[in-house]
Amino acid sequence: MTMVAYKNRAHPLWLAYIVHRLSGLFLALFLPLHFWVLAMAASEPGRLDGFLRFTEYGIVKAAEFGLVFGLAIHMFGGLRLLALEWLPWSAPQKTLAAAAASASFLIAALFLMRAFG
Amino acid sequence: MSTDTIRLTIDRGSETQAFDVPAYESQTVLDVVSWVQQNADPSLAYRFACRVGMCGSCAMMVNGVPRWTCRTHVSKVVEDGALHVGPLRNLPVIRDLVVDMDPFFDKWIAAEGVHHGTRTRDDEIAPVDETSPARVEANSGIECINCSVCYAACDTVAGNPDYLGPAPLLRAWTLLNDAKDAGRVAILDAVSGSGGCHNCHSMGSCTAYCPNELDPMSAIAGLKRETMKHALRGRR
Ligand code: FES
Repeated sequence: MTMVAYKNRAHPLWLAYIVHRLSGLFLALFLPLHFWVLAMAASEPGRLDGFLRFTEYGIVKAAEFGLVFGLAIHMFGGLRLLALEWLPWSAPQKTLAAAAASASFLIAALFLMRAFG
Repeated sequence: MSTDTIRLTIDRGSETQAFDVPAYESQTVLDVVSWVQQNADPSLAYRFACRVGMCGSCAMMVNGVPRWTCRTHVSKVVEDGALHVGPLRNLPVIRDLVVDMDPFFDKWIAAEGVHHGTRTRDDEIAPVDETSPARVEANSGIECINCSVCYAACDTVAGNPDYLGPAPLLRAWTLLNDAKDAGRVAILDAVSGSGGCHNCHSMGSCTAYCPNELDPMSAIAGLKRETMKHALRGRR
C-alpha cells in the first residue's frame, strides 16, 4: 500500500493506548534486572553496596525518574482502561474521575518526597 | 484557498497517478475525484451515490485518514496544496478507489446485526420508552451509515482479519439495547467468540474518525461488560 497509514493514529485515544503498552513493555523488561539487584541483598551484600553507589550518578538519578514516571503513566493508563471498559459512565464523568485521581496522586507524591527527601 | 490548483495523487493498484485539479470555493474531496473522472481520465473507478452523507458509499483514504469524501471539504484536509487519495484500508481492492465491501457486511451479519423480532404482524406495535437508559444507549448508535470508515481506521482489524470490527459490534450493541429485539443470547454469543468484542484494544480510531460522530469504542466496551456478566451468570 502506497498510502501512509500511520497518520490515522495521530489522536489522543490512540496515543494513550500506545503509551500504556510501551510503558508496560519497558517495565516488564526492567523487572528481571530489578529482581536480580534485589537478590544481591541476600546473596552478595557487598556487591549490592557497590551497585547502590551507582545511584549517586546524575544519569542514574535521571533513569530512576524515568522509571517512576513509567510506573505512574502505566498505572494511570491501566486505571483509564479499566474505567473506560468497565464503568458505564459518561465521558465527562470519566474525565472528572481521571483529573481527581491525577491530582490526588500528585499531592501524595509531593508529601512522600517531603517525607523522604 | 491560496493555490488555484490542487495536486491530487490517486493510488491505482500498485501505481499512483498525479493530476492537477482546478480549485474552487467549498470544494469537497469527492468533487476533486469526480473532476478527474469527468475531465482527465474516464477510466477512474470510484463510488458515490447520495453526495449528502446518507448512503455511506463514498469513503476513501484521504491523506492517510479514512473519510466520507462527499462531506469532507478540501480546505479541511489539503496539505500544501496536495491531496493523496486511496481505497479504504482493511478491505480488498476491486479497482482504483473501489473496495469490496462484502467482508464488512458479512461481519455485520456474523455479529447478529439483524432484526430478531418479538411479535407477529397481528400484534400491537411494542411501546418504546424514549427516556429509558437502554433506549438512550440504542439511539446513540443508530445513525450508522455503513460507510466502513471505522473499519478502515481500526488497527485491530488490520492485525486480525477475523475481528468483527467497530461498525458490526456497534450495531450488535444497538440491538442488544433495543426493546423490540429478542436476540439477546444470540448476539452475546456472536460477539464473544474468537473474532468478537474482546479483541478490541480501545485504540479509539473508530470513535475518532466516525463521520457521524458515533462512539463504537464505548459500544464495544458495553459489549465487553454484558458478555462478561452473561458468562458469570451461566449464560443467561
Ligand atoms: S456519497 Fe453518500 S455518503 Fe458520501
